[in-house]
Amino acid sequence: MHTLPHSRPAIQARGLRRTYLARSGQVEAVAGVDLIVEAGGIFGFLGPNGAGKTTVMRMLATLVPLTAGEAEVAGADLRREPRTVRRRIGYVGQRCGSDHSVSGRDELVFQSLLYGLSRVLAERRADELLSAFGLTDCSLRRTETYSGGQRRRLDVALGLVHQPTLLFLDEPTTGLDPQSRANLWEELRRLRDQGTTIFLTTHYLEEADVLCDQLAIIDRGRTVAQGTPDQLKRTVSGDGVTLRVRENPELALHTLDTLPYVRDAALDGDSIRLYVDCGEQAAPGLLAELSNAGLELVTLSFSRPTLDDVFLRYTGRSLRDRAA
Amino acid sequence: MGVLRDVRIVFARYFSRSVTSPLLVGVSLIQPILYLLLFAPLLTSVSSLSRVAHEGSYQWFVPGLMIQIALFSISSGGWSLISELRSGVLERMWVTPVSRVGLLLGRILRDAATLLVQALIIVAVALPLGLTAKLPGLLLAFVLVALLAFLMGAVSYAGALRIRSEDTFGALVFSATLPLLLLSGILLPIRFAPAWMQRLADLNPLLYAVGAERALFDGNVATLAVAKGFVIIAGLAMLAVGLAVREFRHAMI
Repeated sequence: MHTLPHSRPAIQARGLRRTYLARSGQVEAVAGVDLIVEAGGIFGFLGPNGAGKTTVMRMLATLVPLTAGEAEVAGADLRREPRTVRRRIGYVGQRCGSDHSVSGRDELVFQSLLYGLSRVLAERRADELLSAFGLTDCSLRRTETYSGGQRRRLDVALGLVHQPTLLFLDEPTTGLDPQSRANLWEELRRLRDQGTTIFLTTHYLEEADVLCDQLAIIDRGRTVAQGTPDQLKRTVSGDGVTLRVRENPELALHTLDTLPYVRDAALDGDSIRLYVDCGEQAAPGLLAELSNAGLELVTLSFSRPTLDDVFLRYTGRSLRDRAA
Repeated sequence: MGVLRDVRIVFARYFSRSVTSPLLVGVSLIQPILYLLLFAPLLTSVSSLSRVAHEGSYQWFVPGLMIQIALFSISSGGWSLISELRSGVLERMWVTPVSRVGLLLGRILRDAATLLVQALIIVAVALPLGLTAKLPGLLLAFVLVALLAFLMGAVSYAGALRIRSEDTFGALVFSATLPLLLLSGILLPIRFAPAWMQRLADLNPLLYAVGAERALFDGNVATLAVAKGFVIIAGLAMLAVGLAVREFRHAMI
């Protein structure tokens, strides 16, 4: 029987390191990053400011040379074929990439020309993107007149002129108001659904949780964890379950504590708190055991670990305090 | 060829920016025009400057002014590069497959073109004031200005990529251009300087550029002064462009 061939990962990186000389001596900005980014999803690179996530992204986008390590990006070797990598990837930096004295349309045309499109194609592509990103109305105005959201959408459009298979975005929603942020998330989901792989850095837990299909956590220049948001949360302690029975909580505790998938069950007042790997999967079993023991359930609630718990576990610090 | 195309599109972008904001070109013309109107006439009355008096102040001063505007053009390119570096515009271009040589030469060509426009305007203003020039000499004079633009542009961009701070860049440019100007014989003949200052001026490549420009405006095309000026400036320009290309290829943006 034939299986469908696995598409190659969009990014495979091993042992990425980046050191530079500062006045204080050798600084290790990236100390050992391994990454596998599957094609076709939104991959979030989560870490506090200064963790090295921008440097890693800039390394993968050919902007910063590798001190050590190797990587394949969009199917090309990062060290040996940087121009091929550049042709295949789009990159939207943290700062505004458009010149304030040039119109959005002229910027898109110029960027298309830089990627080798002919003038006719460049103009066509510019108009396509202007309309796709809702910028047609302001396309002929200088970008200094744009709102923050318009400018950010233009930045993303500038990264897409050559229809890259892999798009890098460095903190794409930083500084955006909630409405613009939601709009941009929609754009990114649409791109993903059209087959573009998206690699973004963020220090927003919500963005990592809601938008990203896969996450890697970076701290002090190292990747410390990788997985889907749910997988990562499950590594923390599983889901918390709080339940109350009408009478005889001691019996309920004893009944549930003996189950193999229940951890750390304890009586908390007249409620029982326990941990399971996955609350949704465990719920039917818990209910069945209680009813077999003749106990009547009154309330049942789950508490999920958040990404901040994950972050706390892997880095020893909470991201929430620092994300402001 | 790929590089030539890249040079062309980069040149076209920056040139159209200059054309759409003619104010910038205009503002940079204020200084040389002021020199022309408020400094050159002073030279006429300085009777001891025999050669100046003999030739007329504009005939003596305008060729040097060509070199002066070329010298002062050194700050503009690097300045704009640093601001693009800071704003992220350069990063956005750097991540494309465009050739680094194209990014550099396109910009230098734009700088040379704007400089030539300024030179033309200055000559046009000076002609009715008493400047004379014959076409072959004038054309070569412009070619030398263009070569200087390449030298200044290359130094400016390579320096800017190294320095990366407008403040430091501005301070360095100022402290380099002023002695170069004072030791070039643009404002007053260097032969009136004391001997030690003349030795110092001999080391200034701009002195030879000024000598060549004066000879060319006077119509003395086939002279040693012209040959010296061209060889020195063309050689330095090639060296500087080579270094700047290296700098652009290896720069981290």
